[in-house]
Amino acid sequence: MRRRMLPGFNLSLGYSLSYLGLIVLLPLAALTWKASGLGLGGLVELLRVPRTLAALKLSFGGATLAAAINVVAGLLVAWVLVRYRFPGRRLFDAVVDLPFALPTAVAGIALTALYAPNGWIGQWLAAFGVKIAYTPAGVLVAMVFVGFPFVVRTLQPVLETLEHDVEEAAETLGARRWQIFLRVILPMLVPTLLTGFALALARAVGEYGSVIFIAGNIPMKSEIAPLLIVQSLEQFDYAGAAALGVAMLAFSFVLLLLITLLQRWSRRWAENAP
Amino acid sequence: MTLELTSLNRRFSDCAALNDVSLTIAPGEFLALLGPSGSGKTTLLRILAGLDYPESGKVSCNGRDFLAAAPRERKVGLVFQHYALFRHLTVAENVAFGLRVRPRRTRPKRAGIDARVEQLLARVQLDGFGKRYPSQLSGGQRQRVALARALAVEPDLLLLDEPFGALDAQVRVTLRRWLRRLHEELGLTTVFVTHDQEEALELADRIAVMNRGRIEQVGTPREIYQQPATPFVCEFIGKTNRLALQREGGRFVAGGRTFADDPWLGEHAQAIAYVRPEHLTLSTTPLPGAWRARLRHVYLAGAVAHLELEVAALDHALEADIASEDLARMGLHSGDELHVSPGHAVIFSLDRDGGAIAGDRWLWRAGVATTTTRLPARRSEAELGAHRVDGGIQR
Amino acid sequence: MSRRSAGWPRMLGRGLLTLAAIAFLAVFLLLPLATVFVEAFRQGAGAFLAAVGQDEARSAIRLTVLVAAIAVPLNLVFGIAAAWAMARFEFRGKALLGAFIDLPFSVSPVVSGLVYVLLFGAQGWFGPWLEAHGVSIVFAVPGLVLATMFITLPFVARELIPLMQAQGNGEEEAVRVLGANGWQMFFRVTLPNIRWALLYGVLLCNARAMGEFGAVSVVSGHIRGLTTTIPLEVEMRYNEYDYVGAFAVASLLALLALVTLAIKIALEWRYGDELAAHAPGGR
Repeated sequence: MRRRMLPGFNLSLGYSLSYLGLIVLLPLAALTWKASGLGLGGLVELLRVPRTLAALKLSFGGATLAAAINVVAGLLVAWVLVRYRFPGRRLFDAVVDLPFALPTAVAGIALTALYAPNGWIGQWLAAFGVKIAYTPAGVLVAMVFVGFPFVVRTLQPVLETLEHDVEEAAETLGARRWQIFLRVILPMLVPTLLTGFALALARAVGEYGSVIFIAGNIPMKSEIAPLLIVQSLEQFDYAGAAALGVAMLAFSFVLLLLITLLQRWSRRWAENAP
Repeated sequence: MTLELTSLNRRFSDCAALNDVSLTIAPGEFLALLGPSGSGKTTLLRILAGLDYPESGKVSCNGRDFLAAAPRERKVGLVFQHYALFRHLTVAENVAFGLRVRPRRTRPKRAGIDARVEQLLARVQLDGFGKRYPSQLSGGQRQRVALARALAVEPDLLLLDEPFGALDAQVRVTLRRWLRRLHEELGLTTVFVTHDQEEALELADRIAVMNRGRIEQVGTPREIYQQPATPFVCEFIGKTNRLALQREGGRFVAGGRTFADDPWLGEHAQAIAYVRPEHLTLSTTPLPGAWRARLRHVYLAGAVAHLELEVAALDHALEADIASEDLARMGLHSGDELHVSPGHAVIFSLDRDGGAIAGDRWLWRAGVATTTTRLPARRSEAELGAHRVDGGIQR
Repeated sequence: MSRRSAGWPRMLGRGLLTLAAIAFLAVFLLLPLATVFVEAFRQGAGAFLAAVGQDEARSAIRLTVLVAAIAVPLNLVFGIAAAWAMARFEFRGKALLGAFIDLPFSVSPVVSGLVYVLLFGAQGWFGPWLEAHGVSIVFAVPGLVLATMFITLPFVARELIPLMQAQGNGEEEAVRVLGANGWQMFFRVTLPNIRWALLYGVLLCNARAMGEFGAVSVVSGHIRGLTTTIPLEVEMRYNEYDYVGAFAVASLLALLALVTLAIKIALEWRYGDELAAHAPGGR
């Protein structure tokens, strides 16, 4: 090894790796070991139970839809916060972090109270025959809530550094505002929007606390995958819990890899600025 | 198209970016807006492009109100300082952008657009580069893509913001000669902003020298260099020596040497003379009325030699430029004694506080009978801002 | 600004977009927060105080503080060590280490709890051995601490790594050349340079540690008064239809969130430059 100028390499790296190994890697290995004991066939068998399939479908489908909604809403909010000046802008900018800061159980019961048929929002929707709480729509609302800040916070720094002269160039070339947005701004934001989408998706798929209260947890209808893990554990069905857990873990790994690649892409994209 | 700019004013929070600017731009003209940073030249360009608007004043184009038109209605092509290319689009898509965003009824057919892009890329010597992305091009190539993109919309007026600012010195010289030729081929009215006087002097038909939101002088490069209208233009363009003049018995004198008769007939007691380094005559033998000087240092810069001269009578140094060949012929070395006298000077009278009076310009030549070429006093000294006189070499 | 850009169609467009954004933030983010406090005080301040003052609530608060008091300092030390290694040295597998540090962020909280059950539970790797020695980890306080450590592991490291990378090695190398030893260098140069980012990371780490629900819910076993942290107490009361009680306790957590947010914003405004390298939220 070549000589290092600063001290503490062995100590800091050794400590980091041991700590990470004990707290994160060893437990994850236990999960993988437990699941691998089932064999691939056994794993698939456990996941193919209709109730489990329905839960996985809701978790992944809902999270994907929620992330898509967040891309649109997040772009709107990030755009307004970065581009426009209005009273209270900094306050609203701070509000974006609420889902990060508010404990999930608190958010969960608050959302339930809001969207329940007698809640502030729920009673208005009930008048139109729309039910949110205790339905898959409630799951979606909670997933949008927890994923929202990821899109805004990913977009903001990129929007801030977007060169203004590119938009002006488009303007002098005769483009209208909507053409500038669709043909110039949006294409430049694609990598960032995808990163935000993936981050929001990753968060929403695994979300538990804010979802279970509003979901109502009706089997085959509004049960999410993490809830099934908890229920399996309560019934001492460790194999079932491990099977679902490892499936979700695998998905997390894939997303993490995807996010890393996306971030690398958007960095290169930014550095390529001519 | 003839552009008529009348009394434009534009303020940014506390400073005036444009202060009562009027200018006429003739059809087919290649005009340079030259000035230091913050002089308002880019603001003027952006107003012409429709990206900024003056608080007051008028811009008319062939008698039509230019400011009332949206940027896309003005038929203006703008090349940005850093090119502002769309990095997610290929070179060809960049060039085609202005055509593709047109409303359907005025938009050319796809084949028409492709043909036009081909033709423009050939024009800027980038044939075959259409499928590349801007990040795969050199600075000079990007600059030409930006130019082709601006030309694609068939503008009546081409605006260039510091067109060579971001390029290497080598590329810069090649590209600006090329741009000059292109302008002659296209005959397009072109306005470009620069802070580089060499660029402006070499390229432009006319130069508008700007300072602190005002136009100091508009003229051909020759006029700007040889007959500067204000002390600022004297100091900003080229190098110059500043000499303080005193009136003594009806004549102006510096360092004991009589310049010439007082053209102002006793109106002013003090004046300031600007003498370019190449307008100082050197001799190893005494000349009538010349200052005695000692050669302090020679800076050899290729064909020209810059000589730093210590003149005892003036209490500050002068800089003289002579051809390197002449230097060798005269056999001059540091420490040598020689004689120096000015051939041309631009002289401005000074008021009691030492501020130059811009309107009172006197173009003086050695050996020619004194004639005042007094410019009409267009503005008061207070408006112009007094130029303090402290002597020394100005670059 | 300028005549044309102040044209009314564009102003109208801006106004509508701004209103839409504010409406979204108000309905989706602010309203849930308001609900917490309104529900907590629905039956007056007396009912609120009674709900918060119950023994179960007190012991939940004590347990939450205890868990955070163990987990946060440990993650603080880890964060500094990991950031030192990642920002000051080049080594093989650095990118992988970075990915592993981020891993707890993308793992479902329930899975984070599950792994400890599979490790230390009755049927887990160490379960039988622990049982034989009379040590309980799962369904006891150590399990809560471990799950919380797992969940909050990245917070401090995440703040420090980009900052220290941006700061570079220069200052530390300079004091080494001047003859300082390792610890002198750390306490006199490194620590002062990262103090605000460190505080920022600890703040976020603490908020998450006290508010974590999914992971601790799996390992807790829900033994009232023994293994229920505040979020778990909220859940239990809610499931017992004690809504005022649930929201009263929840409002304590919401208050913690608000205070955290306020300090975070204050730090960003005051020491924005010294936190500069961190991405989300800091401008």
